[in-house]
Amino acid sequence: MRDPKTDATEPLLRSNLLTRRFGGLTAVNGVTLGFHVGEVHAVIGTNGAGKSTLINMLSGEMPATSGSIHFDGHDITDWPQPQRARAGLGRSYQRTTIFPEFSVLENCRLCAQAALPRAWAVWESAQHCEASLATAREALERAGLSDDAQRSAGTLSHGGKRQLEIAMCLATKPRVLLLDEPLAGMGAEETERMLALLGALKQSHAVLLVEHDMDAVFRIADRITVMVNGEVIASDAPAAIRANRDVQTAYLGEGH
Amino acid sequence: MDFATFLVQCLNAVQYGLLLFLVASGLTLIFGIMGVINLAHGSFYMIGAYLAFVLAPWFGDWYLTKLMVGVLLAAVFGYLLEWAFFSFLYQREHLQQVLMTYALILVFEELRSMLVGNDVHGVQAPSWLGGGFKLGELMSYPWYRVFASVACVVLALALYWVVNRTRLGMMIRAGASNRDMVRGLGIDIQRLYRIVFAGGVALAALAGMIAAPLSSVYPGMGGSVLIICFVVVVIGGIGSITGALVASLLVGFVDTFGKVFFAEYSGIGVYLLMAVILVWRPEGLMKRSF
Amino acid sequence: MRPWIVPVIAALLLAALPAVLTPYTQDLVVKIAIYAVFALSLELLVGAAGLVSLGHAAFLGIGAYVTVMATGDGGAASALWLLPAAMGAAALYAIFVGALSLRTKGVYFIMVTLAFAQMAYFVFHDTKLGGGSDGIFLYSKPVIQFGKTVLLDLDRKADLYYTVLAALVGTYALLALINRSRFGHALAGIRVNEQRMRAAGFATYGYKLAAFVIAGALAGLAGFLLAVKDGAVNPELLSWHESGAVLLMIILGGIGSLRGAVIGAVAFTLLKELYQSEALLGPLAAHWQLTLGLTIIAFVALLPKGLIGLKARLSGGAHA
Repeated sequence: MRDPKTDATEPLLRSNLLTRRFGGLTAVNGVTLGFHVGEVHAVIGTNGAGKSTLINMLSGEMPATSGSIHFDGHDITDWPQPQRARAGLGRSYQRTTIFPEFSVLENCRLCAQAALPRAWAVWESAQHCEASLATAREALERAGLSDDAQRSAGTLSHGGKRQLEIAMCLATKPRVLLLDEPLAGMGAEETERMLALLGALKQSHAVLLVEHDMDAVFRIADRITVMVNGEVIASDAPAAIRANRDVQTAYLGEGH
Repeated sequence: MDFATFLVQCLNAVQYGLLLFLVASGLTLIFGIMGVINLAHGSFYMIGAYLAFVLAPWFGDWYLTKLMVGVLLAAVFGYLLEWAFFSFLYQREHLQQVLMTYALILVFEELRSMLVGNDVHGVQAPSWLGGGFKLGELMSYPWYRVFASVACVVLALALYWVVNRTRLGMMIRAGASNRDMVRGLGIDIQRLYRIVFAGGVALAALAGMIAAPLSSVYPGMGGSVLIICFVVVVIGGIGSITGALVASLLVGFVDTFGKVFFAEYSGIGVYLLMAVILVWRPEGLMKRSF
Repeated sequence: MRPWIVPVIAALLLAALPAVLTPYTQDLVVKIAIYAVFALSLELLVGAAGLVSLGHAAFLGIGAYVTVMATGDGGAASALWLLPAAMGAAALYAIFVGALSLRTKGVYFIMVTLAFAQMAYFVFHDTKLGGGSDGIFLYSKPVIQFGKTVLLDLDRKADLYYTVLAALVGTYALLALINRSRFGHALAGIRVNEQRMRAAGFATYGYKLAAFVIAGALAGLAGFLLAVKDGAVNPELLSWHESGAVLLMIILGGIGSLRGAVIGAVAFTLLKELYQSEALLGPLAAHWQLTLGLTIIAFVALLPKGLIGLKARLSGGAHA
C-alpha cells in the first residue's frame, strides 16, 4: 500500500470548503479534498454522510451553496456538467444509467462522440465515425467487454452493466474518474475484475471512489476520507484510518 | 382612468383570477397527486356551465341549491369517470395520456353537441343577486360578481382546510410524495385517487356554473379555459395550490388590465407573462407545496 | 432488405400516380402528402428527441400565413424567396418558443408549447395582423420564373403535385440522414437518458433547440404547401386541434419511425374522411368527433406502438 502523495504535488481536482445546504439541512459542510493522478482516493461514510451530494457537486449536477472546485488549475465551480465532462471530469453512476436499447458498442461510441467537433455535419454517418468507434473499442477493451460489443446493452448481466458504466466513463477520455459505488451488487469474481481495472486505471487517472464494500476499499485505496454528517472527520492512508479512534467510533464499529 | 374604473377593473381581475384558481387547483391537484395530465379538464368547466343552463328552468332563483345539485352531479360523474377511464392512465406515459384525454375532449364536445346543441346560451343570475352597488358617479359593480368572488374565496379556504387540516388531506399529501408507502399503510389508494379526481371535477364544474351568468355558455369555453389553466400551473408550479392561487391572480390582472390597455393584443399578454417567468424561474414560482 | 428500398419504390409509385387519379383523388393525395411532411417534422421532435410538443401547429400556421401575407396582392411571388421566407419565419418563432420551453421538461414542456401556440393563434385570430377569424386568401400562387420562362407555376395541378412530392421525399431523406448522423444519435441518447448525455459532455440544450428549430422550419414548409394548395389560410391552422391531430398521426403510425409518421398521416386523413363521409356513414357522419374520439381511445389503449407495432406483432414478434 502506497503512502498518499504529499501536498507538494498539486492535485488534479480539488474542492475547497465545498458546502451544500438544502433549506435548513446542511448536507455537505466545508469539505476540502484533493485528488491526485496515480491515486485511488476513496470516500466512505454511512448513508446520509453526504457522499452522493459531494460527488454530484464535483461532477456539476448540483450547484454548491458555497466553496470552490478547481480542476487542472481552472476554477470550475460555475461550469455546467457537460463542460466539466469535456474538460476531463468523468463519472459513473450508482444506479446503472446505460442506454439499454442500444448496443454495448454504441453506448460507448455515443459517449466518445461528445468530444468530437462538427456535430452539425449531418451527412456523416455515426456508425462510420472512426474516431468515436476507436475510442469506444478501446474503452470496452479496458473494461473487458470487447466480446459483448454487439449485444443489446439491456441484455447484459448486472455485473456487465456496471462494467459498461465504467467503459462509458472511460470513453469520454477523462483524466479524473468520479466513481459512485461501482462495485454495487457485484459478485466476487466481478469485484476482482473491477479492482484489477481500477488498479490499472489509477496509473494515469485521478480516481475518486465512493464505496460501501470496506474490504475492497482497504485493498485498493491509497487514501481514504471518512465523512460523517456532511463533514470530513479523517483523511489519511488506509492504515492510519484503521487506527483512527474517531473513525472507529463513528463508522467502523468494534473489532477493527 | 379614474379611480372608480380602476377599482372596478381590479375587482374584475380578482374575480376572474379566483374563478381560474378553482379550475386550476383541480388540474394541479390531479397532476400533482396522480401524475396524470388531463387535457379534458376544461371540458369539466364547460360541462358545469352547460349544467347551469340546463338546470336553470328547474331551480329558478334557488341558486345555491342548483349549485349544490350541480356539484353533486359533477362529483358523481367524476368518480365514475375515474373508475371507468382515468384509472387506466396512471401507468402510461405522458404522450399517451395527452392523446387519450384529447380524444376524451372530442367525445365530450360531440356528446354535448348531441344533447344540448351548439348554440351560445345566456344564463341569468338569480334575481336576489341582480343589480349592483354604486362605485363613484357612473359605475356600478354587479352583486353577482361579488358573489362569485366570495364563493371562490370560501371554496379556496375550504380547500386549504381539507388539504391541511383533515385526515383526507393528510392522505392526499402523503399520497403525493410517496404512493407506495401510503399503500403499505393500508390506505386504499385507489379510492383516494377516485375521491381526489371527483373533487377536481367538481371544482372545475362548479367554476363553470358560477361563471355561466358572467361569460355565457358556448362550445369553445372548455378549450380556452384549459390553456389558461396550463399557463397558471406552469407559472405557479405543478402540485402547488398556493402557487396556483398566486398565478391565477397574476393572470387575472394581466388579462383584465391587458384588455383595457392593449385591446386586441391583450390575448397574448398572459403568454408573455409566462415567457417572462420561464426566463426567470422555469420551475414555477413555488416549489411543490400544499 | 435495404431500408431505403421501400421508400424509394413508394416515391416512384407516387410519381406515377397522377396518370391514373381523378382530380379529387389527386387533391386528396396532395393533402395527405402535405400532412405527411407535417407529421415527419414532428417525428423529429417526439420520436427522435423525445420532446412531446403540443404546439407544433403554430409553425404550420406561421409558414402558411407568411406565404399568403408576403405574396399580398402584387401578383405571383417567386417561390425562390417565398418558401425560405415562410420556413424562416417558422424557424424564428421556433427559436423563441424553443429557447423558452426547453427550460422545462416533461409535462411542463407539453403545456408551455401548447401555450405558445395559442399565443400565435391569438395574434392571427384577434389582431389586425392576421385578418381575423375568416383568414386571408392567397391571390396568386408562387412561381419560379426567369424573365419570360416559367419553370414552375404552383397554380398548375401537376406542378403542385410534383413539388409536394419532392418536398415529402426531401423531408424524408433529410430526416433519414439526420437520424443516422452523429447529431441524430445524440438526440436518441438525449431521449433515452439526458442526464447521462450531459455527464458524457453533450450540451444537451443546444441539441434539443436545434431539433426544435429544424422541426419548426419543416412544419413551416408544410404550411407553405398547404397555403398554396388551399389558396387560403385561417387561424384554425394554429389551433390546438391541429396540434393534437398531428400528434395523433405519429402515434397512429408508430413513434420512432419515419415510415410510421407517413403511414400515420395517411391513416389519420383517410380515417377522418371516412368518419365525415355521409355517403358511407349516413347520419353518424355529423358526429365524427365522437367516432374519431372513441377510435383514438381504443387505438391508444390497445395499440400503443401504432400501426408499425401492429405489423411487427403480426409478423412474429420483432422486438419493439
